[in-house]
Amino acid sequence: MREIGAEMERELVIIGGGPAGLAAAAAAVENGVAAEDILILEREPELGGILLQCIHNGFGIHRFGEELSGPEYAARFAKKVAELGIPSLLSTMVLTLHRMEDGRKEITAVSSAHGLIRLKARAVVLAMGCRERGRGALNIPGTRPAGIYTAGAAQKFVNIKGFMPGRKVVILGSGDIGLIMARRMTLEGAKVEVVAELMPYSGGLSRNIQQCLRDFDIPLLLSHTITQIHGKERVTGVTISQVDEKRRPILGTEQYFACDTVLLSCGLIPENELTRQAGIPLDPVTGGAVVGENRETEMPGVFAAGNVLHVHDLVDFVSAEAELAGAGAARWLAEGDHAGVKLAVRPQGVIRYVVPQTVSLPADEDVRLFFRVGEVVEKAAVIVECGEKVLYKGMRPKLLPGEMESVTLKAETLSGLDSGQLTVRLEKR
Amino acid sequence: MSETIRELTCIVCPIGCTLKVTMDDGKFVSVTGNTCPRGAKYAETEMTAPRRVLTSTVKVSGGHLPLCPVRTKGDIPKELLFEAMRAVNAVSIPAPVSIGQVVIEDLCGTGVPLIATRDIHSV
Repeated sequence: MREIGAEMERELVIIGGGPAGLAAAAAAVENGVAAEDILILEREPELGGILLQCIHNGFGIHRFGEELSGPEYAARFAKKVAELGIPSLLSTMVLTLHRMEDGRKEITAVSSAHGLIRLKARAVVLAMGCRERGRGALNIPGTRPAGIYTAGAAQKFVNIKGFMPGRKVVILGSGDIGLIMARRMTLEGAKVEVVAELMPYSGGLSRNIQQCLRDFDIPLLLSHTITQIHGKERVTGVTISQVDEKRRPILGTEQYFACDTVLLSCGLIPENELTRQAGIPLDPVTGGAVVGENRETEMPGVFAAGNVLHVHDLVDFVSAEAELAGAGAARWLAEGDHAGVKLAVRPQGVIRYVVPQTVSLPADEDVRLFFRVGEVVEKAAVIVECGEKVLYKGMRPKLLPGEMESVTLKAETLSGLDSGQLTVRLEKR
Repeated sequence: MSETIRELTCIVCPIGCTLKVTMDDGKFVSVTGNTCPRGAKYAETEMTAPRRVLTSTVKVSGGHLPLCPVRTKGDIPKELLFEAMRAVNAVSIPAPVSIGQVVIEDLCGTGVPLIATRDIHSV
């Protein structure tokens, strides 16, 4: 297929060929969309997304009941997409997305192979993933030498390109990619001096604190941040200070660590430039679109799933979410808009956000709500209510900001509802 | 009797349960806090002879990428991780590579093979 400058038309276009895009595409076919009516657009030269550089294990436990590495997990979905015969355009970057007057969506994209590509689609799944928060967004004081990377950039150097970014490393932020890279660089012969985390708790999974830091005696300094980067051409060291409960550096707590490399693992931001440009409403907390239980955004026929919607800890949940979006898109293409009422789902108190942000009723399937807390909470009940009616109540021994939680609302619990809003809150024991 | 209680974070799966392990004179007695049987097994192994899965990369010649990701097909003794890394870094394999292909049959005498975790095409 070579359609330079040609107008292409598809029932469903999927923007992004990572785990979310692949699972959404497969689910769309399994729910009745013809494979040739779908097109996956991927900016990298191969399908698989960020999983290809996540060579560590731990993927697929929920999904496949086994511990796979990132590339193995991606390969299973890429294989499925290939077997289903779903076409994709690789090395293709989407530039614009907008809704046309007739309700179809117009996408422009570019690739070296095809030049400018104009695509019209009835439905779209947004699966662009997320990006890392870089130094520019963190306002770290000091000089601007070489040797400062996001953890994911270092991961690409080490795992894909075969270069070591440095030998003496300080990591700012305890997100999972930073923890994974602490272990990876240690195994490859680097010395990781310290991991500094601004918050009083880690942003990563507990197991990664154990197997990536404690296993190698790498210190984790909670409530600490870098207050100065030193070095002219290349970073020579950092000053790390303790912070108070308002995250302000405490004078007199400065410690100097010599290093030639600083890795930043300070949070991920859903990549929603296209979404914003299309005028699709975003949730200010997740940074992703506002969606319903089938992951349809507020723009009819546009769905979103995976890290573009909210940042996940586990790819298994990305795949499950993308399957909702793919199935939702298939159903929307067949049946059009959902007739019925839409209730808002609102987080309360220490619960920062809930996805989905709306639930359409009557529900014909169970609805799983995903949420995160803003602080560490021990022994609390998660309560979902609609007005006076308690829809769910369940105990959790411990809730951590770094770990996504969920509750499942049974379809029959939702059946009697037709107005009001759902609230999700915690009740401390 | 010299019973001691150690707290561990289970690494068997991403849930990361907090395990409380009771030991007596270096011998495993019991564990609480695990939510599956694999956690109990992990606690016992971790306190007596800890094991880890190793993931890394090996050099590839003539491939579309310079490296191929690999992992041990099963866990190996934790104290052998750095020795295993030396063996892994000494290997170079020719493209093409298929996912699941055995790269080293018996990594450092552990009896555990090292396998490729993706396809690499020849160029």
